[in-house]
Amino acid sequence: MLDKLTLLGRWGINNLRQLGKAGILLYRALFYPPNFRKGFPLVMQQIYSEGVLSLVIIVVSSLFIGMVLALQGYHTLAKFGSAQQLGVLVALSVTRELGPVVTAILFAGRAGSAVTAEIGLMKATEQLSSMEMMAVDPIHRVISPRFWGGVISMPLLTLIFNATAIYGAYLVGVKWLGLDTGIFWSNMQASVSFQSDVLNGIIKSVVFGIAVVWIAVAQGFESVPTSAGISNATTRSVVYSSLAVLGLDFVLTAMMIGSW
Amino acid sequence: MSEPKIENLVEITKMSFQHENGKVVFQEVDIVIPKGKIVAIMGPSGTGKTTLLRLIGGQLTPTAGQVMVDGQNIHTLSRKALYQLRTRMGMLFQAGGLFTHLSVFENVAFPLREHTKLSESLIHTLVLMKLQMVGLRGASNLMPSELSGGMARRVALARAIALDPAFIMYDEPFTGQDPISMGVLVKLIRTLNDALGLTSVIVSHDVQEALSISDYVYVISNKKVIGQGTPDAIMQNKTSMELQQFIQGLPDGPVPFDYPANSLEQDFLEGTVNAR
Repeated sequence: MLDKLTLLGRWGINNLRQLGKAGILLYRALFYPPNFRKGFPLVMQQIYSEGVLSLVIIVVSSLFIGMVLALQGYHTLAKFGSAQQLGVLVALSVTRELGPVVTAILFAGRAGSAVTAEIGLMKATEQLSSMEMMAVDPIHRVISPRFWGGVISMPLLTLIFNATAIYGAYLVGVKWLGLDTGIFWSNMQASVSFQSDVLNGIIKSVVFGIAVVWIAVAQGFESVPTSAGISNATTRSVVYSSLAVLGLDFVLTAMMIGSW
Repeated sequence: MSEPKIENLVEITKMSFQHENGKVVFQEVDIVIPKGKIVAIMGPSGTGKTTLLRLIGGQLTPTAGQVMVDGQNIHTLSRKALYQLRTRMGMLFQAGGLFTHLSVFENVAFPLREHTKLSESLIHTLVLMKLQMVGLRGASNLMPSELSGGMARRVALARAIALDPAFIMYDEPFTGQDPISMGVLVKLIRTLNDALGLTSVIVSHDVQEALSISDYVYVISNKKVIGQGTPDAIMQNKTSMELQQFIQGLPDGPVPFDYPANSLEQDFLEGTVNAR
């Protein structure tokens, strides 16, 4: 009994310590951004490897999600004779929920895991230590650019996700199922508000972006520098960030719908 | 600490170190590294030789005692002062620690680009000079993945001396080198030290090589310094059994080869898997 209590205590302390370390890392990545002359190219590089290279998976999935949403929505809406509201249905569900959430989860799988594995490998092969011994702070040079690259990429990817998904719905709804183009777009325009729908979605995606990259860099930086340790860290990075995104989504939605 | 002239580059006094998981690595260790000398730190694997280098480099903090580097207590320095001090230190890691996404040239140029504002043509000249020293000028366009382990170590050495440090730490420089590059490396370390007026610390368990180039030797085992002196004195030392066992590579002696275990009777005769 006492043993189990000790174990629980140790587990708790270890987790708190990890959280503390990750918090310090976040603080240092946030408040010591790389200096502009040296840091800008590094951040651009990371926007490329985290953002641009994630484009394929984001565009393809969003196109199909939009098309499926349109198909499903059309059949349900048609039962109530309101198929012309299809554009509204798709646009609202994508900009408010699906866009930020699915982008964040895909981003965690594509870019977050890559960041974790890369940082973990740099740690295991003593690249981070040797950088430190060359008087270059790995947090400035490695962590911070990856962090900012991810935070900047996420909302941009979300916008692209939104646009492609709506285009996919247009393809299915208008080109295939034969809805009227004018009605499709004008209903959408009339019912989607920029502030409470599109902007709130973007705010969500910024928060998710911070959460996903924070988890990714922290898991990489604190990983056990062995092959097993890195693979564990990569798995944890994806699992934790997906869970964090879903949890945060609930909190943010409650805040936005509740009293904003 | 403001003596006009510091004789010893590194002074470790009564230093103890314990890992986060509670494993004690050092207990009240005293080590002095005089300026301009090559000091070898030897010991069986797992005695924390690499940890010692990390303590000197300020990457780890001792649990007790102090580490003075160039007259400054390295663990009370501000981050800025510590980084300032590190620009005058070079460290050669066991695996090299080359940046895998940069070419050999860019790896060696990295510290120059980070810490100096030299022109591109000057950097080019400097990098090729450093690579020439380790015999790899022709390999400047290769990626680290295309190098053998020994070559990677030599590139890392070129990178470690890129900023002309006053002090170099070598972590197991001889492991994984073939006889030729081993000979070259031994000579190179000696030449670098004498020509550039460096101070070098070599951590190694290759007894012959380490003894052949060092001016002074420390042997660490079981959390303590078990012997020190000039290479000759170490070789001639007959008083310490531990030291003799290590220098001559004897399987039996006070330094145990076997990992601590239950008695043979307990492990083999009791017949249960969960004996302990």
